[in-house]
Amino acid sequence: MSADPSIPPTALSGEVSLPEKLADVEPVRSVRTPIRLDYDFIPGSASSGYLNAFADRKILGQRSPVDGAVFVPPRGVDPRHGAATPDYVELPDTGHVGGFCVTRLPIPGRDDLEIPYVSAWIHLDGADIGFLGLVAGIDTSEVRMGMRVRAVWKPDDELGRTAENILHWEPTGEPDIPVTAAGTNAWHAKQAAAGEQG
Amino acid sequence: MRDIAVVSVAQHQEKALTHTTEVELMVPIINEARGAVGLTQDDIGFTCSGSSDFLAGQAFSFVHTLDAVGAIPPISESHVEMDGAWALYEAWVKLQIGGVDTALVYSYGKSSPGSLRDVLSTQLDPYYLGPLWPDAFSLAALQARIMLESGAVSEQRLAEIAVRSLNGAADNSLAVRSSADATVEGVLAEAPIADPLRPSDCAASADGGVAVVLAAGDRARELCERPAWIRGIDHRIDPHQPGVRDLTRAPSAQAVAVNSGAGNDRLDVAELAAPFTTQEHILELELGLGNGTAVNAKGGALAGHTMMAAGLMRIADAAAQIHDERADRVLGHAASGLYLQQNLVCVMEGE
Repeated sequence: MSADPSIPPTALSGEVSLPEKLADVEPVRSVRTPIRLDYDFIPGSASSGYLNAFADRKILGQRSPVDGAVFVPPRGVDPRHGAATPDYVELPDTGHVGGFCVTRLPIPGRDDLEIPYVSAWIHLDGADIGFLGLVAGIDTSEVRMGMRVRAVWKPDDELGRTAENILHWEPTGEPDIPVTAAGTNAWHAKQAAAGEQG
Repeated sequence: MRDIAVVSVAQHQEKALTHTTEVELMVPIINEARGAVGLTQDDIGFTCSGSSDFLAGQAFSFVHTLDAVGAIPPISESHVEMDGAWALYEAWVKLQIGGVDTALVYSYGKSSPGSLRDVLSTQLDPYYLGPLWPDAFSLAALQARIMLESGAVSEQRLAEIAVRSLNGAADNSLAVRSSADATVEGVLAEAPIADPLRPSDCAASADGGVAVVLAAGDRARELCERPAWIRGIDHRIDPHQPGVRDLTRAPSAQAVAVNSGAGNDRLDVAELAAPFTTQEHILELELGLGNGTAVNAKGGALAGHTMMAAGLMRIADAAAQIHDERADRVLGHAASGLYLQQNLVCVMEGE
């Protein structure tokens, strides 16, 4: 193989013998071979429980049998230990911003999303990890870690088994929680302390 | 060479997993395999898995499935887009190199969300064969026709293989297709689905997963009363282009049988991962299996074929017969690709 990409491979630089009728035909430079496969997505046990409850304006998490940590959305397993998490926990629709970013690029297919928008890790009260949501109802420059938020739901008659039920999260106006206790900071501190004791 | 053994196995298989994700499937299987020998993930030196995201149509499904292992603190891990038998081979090599004494190997397949016979077309060469979208049954039927017309096999023999699977699977709770009273006449009376292949010639598609624990030397003896010592393991590949191959043969299967020493001593048991009766016939010949060997006594892969796991399941089935002293010398086989393009054989012995 030539190190210089502008020099064609040896195989193409020699005489290529083509049938007469193909002598002036443009060479093939690319081939398009479309693939289409259809699948029925199966959300599984934990996600089914989560989505069914979501249609009733309820947010479900699951509790780790190892140390009681609460995960939302539930995935049926504590990924730290590979332990099954059969126990559901109902969580409130209030929490705080554990981390966020302000995006000034549009998402293809989301024309409804005004730029700039804020995506944030929402840490629900009682949950040990965050999940992704939009923050609105506040100037983007005012969003901060530790800011208290509540869910803004779709009207009841528009609720379905979908994460789209929560339109966005808006500030509650309550005092912020300290950044040192925001997001997974508090949880990691708790785990580190438990590790030292153990 | 270090002595390395299969010390624990666990598996689950059913026709279609309609209520569980791959993660939810693997949590109990992995915990059972580790737990049976008293290990947690902290005790595992190397973890290796085999799967394909094409089956469930879910990108990075193998990364999700790490949730079932427990990767905190970080683990030494690898993945192959192959049947888990190849993950077992990688783990065996890792153990041979040294530095670790235990390995967890697992694989799984959930093809029920898609159309497997079409999904399999994506493994064909993407320029000449793939764009024609030949489905898996039709491709296998092309081979069957060549075998029958050339005298490489008879319809009677294919039906006998189908009946062996159907009867053997009758008391196998992991099988998804069985029939205690199936007969050769009954199978021959079935209407072909891709002529000349009848439904019983084609493996029953299944969803499932399997986990295996490997250990080296004294560690294996500590963990297991009767380890299944791997005495020979090898994998080989034939050309991808079916046009250059003799479809009545599988030279790579013959090569792995020789390289793994399969024929050096009496084999009590052979568990073969053939997705069609035609290919099970080819394997028996290429692997040189004789009358003293029980072949797929519980139905084999024909009775339930989980893509990406069928081979590791066969190795697990074979090893389990060493563990509980039903056999002394066994062979587990795995295949991958079109027309048994790739073959792997693992020969295990008890002490």
